[in-house]
Amino acid sequence: MKRHLLSTEDLGRDDALLVLDTAERMARVAEASVRKLPTLRGRTVVNLFFEDSTRTRTSFEVAAKRLSADVINFSARGSSVSKGESLKDTAQTLEAMGADAVVCRHSASGAPHRLATWVRGSVVNAGDGTHEHPTQALLDAFTMRRRLGRVDGLAVTIVGDVLHSRVARSNVWLLATLGASVTVVAPPTLLPIGVSSWPVEVSYDLDAVLPKTDVVMMLRVQRERMSAAFFPTEREYSRRYGLDVDRAATLPEHALVMHPGPMVRGMEIASRVADSDRSTVVEQVANGVSVRMAVLYLLLGGSGEVS
Amino acid sequence: MTAGAGGAGGPVGPVGGTAAGGSGQSWVLSRVRPLGGDPVDVLLTDGVVAAWRPAGSTGPDSEGLPAGTTILAAEGLIMLPGLVDLHTHLREPGREDAETVESGTRAAALGGYTTVFAMANTNPVADTAGVVEQVWRLGLDAGHCDVRPVGAVTVGLAGERLAELGAMATSAAEVRVFSDDGHCVSDALLMRRALEYVKAFDGVIAQHAEEPRLTAGAQMNEGVVAARLGLPGWPAVAEEAIIARDALLAGHVDSRLHVCHVSTAGSVELIRWAKAKGWQVTAEVTPHHLLLTDDLISSYDPVYKVNPPLRTAADVAALRAGLADGTIDCVATDHAPHALEDKETEWAAARPGMLGLETALSVVMETMVIPGHLDWVGVADRMALAPARIGGLPRPAAEGWSSIAVGAPATVTLLDPSPWRVVEADTLASRSRNTPYAGRSLPGAIRATFLRGRPTVLDGKVV
Repeated sequence: MKRHLLSTEDLGRDDALLVLDTAERMARVAEASVRKLPTLRGRTVVNLFFEDSTRTRTSFEVAAKRLSADVINFSARGSSVSKGESLKDTAQTLEAMGADAVVCRHSASGAPHRLATWVRGSVVNAGDGTHEHPTQALLDAFTMRRRLGRVDGLAVTIVGDVLHSRVARSNVWLLATLGASVTVVAPPTLLPIGVSSWPVEVSYDLDAVLPKTDVVMMLRVQRERMSAAFFPTEREYSRRYGLDVDRAATLPEHALVMHPGPMVRGMEIASRVADSDRSTVVEQVANGVSVRMAVLYLLLGGSGEVS
Repeated sequence: MTAGAGGAGGPVGPVGGTAAGGSGQSWVLSRVRPLGGDPVDVLLTDGVVAAWRPAGSTGPDSEGLPAGTTILAAEGLIMLPGLVDLHTHLREPGREDAETVESGTRAAALGGYTTVFAMANTNPVADTAGVVEQVWRLGLDAGHCDVRPVGAVTVGLAGERLAELGAMATSAAEVRVFSDDGHCVSDALLMRRALEYVKAFDGVIAQHAEEPRLTAGAQMNEGVVAARLGLPGWPAVAEEAIIARDALLAGHVDSRLHVCHVSTAGSVELIRWAKAKGWQVTAEVTPHHLLLTDDLISSYDPVYKVNPPLRTAADVAALRAGLADGTIDCVATDHAPHALEDKETEWAAARPGMLGLETALSVVMETMVIPGHLDWVGVADRMALAPARIGGLPRPAAEGWSSIAVGAPATVTLLDPSPWRVVEADTLASRSRNTPYAGRSLPGAIRATFLRGRPTVLDGKVV
């Protein structure tokens, strides 16, 4: 493994598989009676969250604690960051506190890359702007592998606001690396100019794609996108790109429905689909802890056997 | 920056032991190559080019030299007319921590410049006669080069109502170039009026072409790299749509339009079209848009953040071709100093802009001269004569040679084309450090600059 996990774009196939295999062993810890390993005892993991995200922060916190690391939650709100302290000052503060790993969530694309040039510890990107969210993609791949036995050769369809989605970007690169064939489906306004250079198929027609799909991943669509004329109304979006019950029925029997959360029920996904057996939404949360344990373990060179 | 041929360009010593000094001092540029041509001895006296003599014919004992004449060993150096920058941000008044008129013009002289046009986006904005006269006087006091203030087109750069353009034109600063640079005059009617109004004093509107609705929140060139990096795109069409509109307006009212920092292949096409129509449209390109491309942004290092943004290799090729064939009239630096704290941040929080004055000629050498797109006569045109014409400077500007012929003002710069130097941000004269070329090797070094016969730079150092 490299020192940092900043993106899946520069994550090689061997390293990606190493994370998934390690996560598999970590998952067994969660199933054990004592759900804790001593491997990162004495190490400090800082959760540096410039954006609110209780789900992701908690997931990293649980992961670090199960590895016996000390965890410091450094939230931007209410701290000196909101008083104009720069990212660099924050980095230097963390450095002085002796952070071995910094888990960074930031609204600016590339912020973790900048952070990585200022700290000695490992930086884990926990979502940067509209760039990447690598641990989300790793947990998605982990979920696919657990449910369907493989990622290689799967037909994965990613639906929704691809333009603004860090989850989509991380998944596109990682799934391509792992041998899946990816199709992105969105209104043309929510696809980036330059998407033709991505290792994906592009479609504007969800109905045409679903019957050939092994995994459909629904992205959250923020209502405020309407005001910027990305689409006319919520109802029209939902009609054309939402996964309702009728659409979900056109999926193959074995197909999975995934969502990184938080969901907008009734907008991009119907409640009955989100809560159906083929939905992995809750499982993804559990798998997130295992994958993040694996990432911290590998980056910090944790010692000792993982049984 | 390190010297190549040791001592070239250094003064050998005054003739006859007379103490030198003052603007009345005379200089012989021995074996210099005017516009890269055959070597000659050039005599600078009383602020003008007094004579061209056969190479090596003029020594300390030569007849007819004024007392106190200094012989400058200029073998191998190329003499160019003093460079003119139509687009410089000197940051004073308001951001003296990033640059002052003194430090910015010091950088300019070291880069071979003898005139810079100081952009209006200071604080307070240069939208009144008072502010432009202040900047002009600061330039006079510093003395490193001539400073010609650019006046704002609209009050406070707000794009709502015209500033007192006439008052700035008739002030001591004699403003001829008006620009809201950093902001586009996006209102079509206001732009039309501005173009028309400045005809009364032969002014020109220099437009920062950027349709604001298409670039809200934009961070870099919209395309393949932006899609990958997840940075909001600044589409080429936002520049091109404004250029097309403004060219039509300039044609309609028969006024002079100058397009700032052209950055896309499509813009070059549009300017070529406007010129073919016979409209009074001129354009500039920056050194960084001639050399750098948007894939550098993969590091998220804001030293590469600039507005308009770095584009693609295809755009760079079109800009070079446009500058070579004269579609783009000149090179302008868009020298934009920024304090460290405005650059050492995450990408989105950083200010756009790059230093340019001390590296411009080297970048033009690398991108235009070495590949064979421009000869030195062409460089003199694109970096001195054309910008002087556009900016309304009183200097002979018809042909390359006449600008340095006998009788012309002794406003010249001497370039040593042979050395390559690794750019080091800490050795630049600018108060800021935001050069995108740090660590990069660039050709050529300015050895001396003369402003109306007075050296502002000698042996690569500010006098």
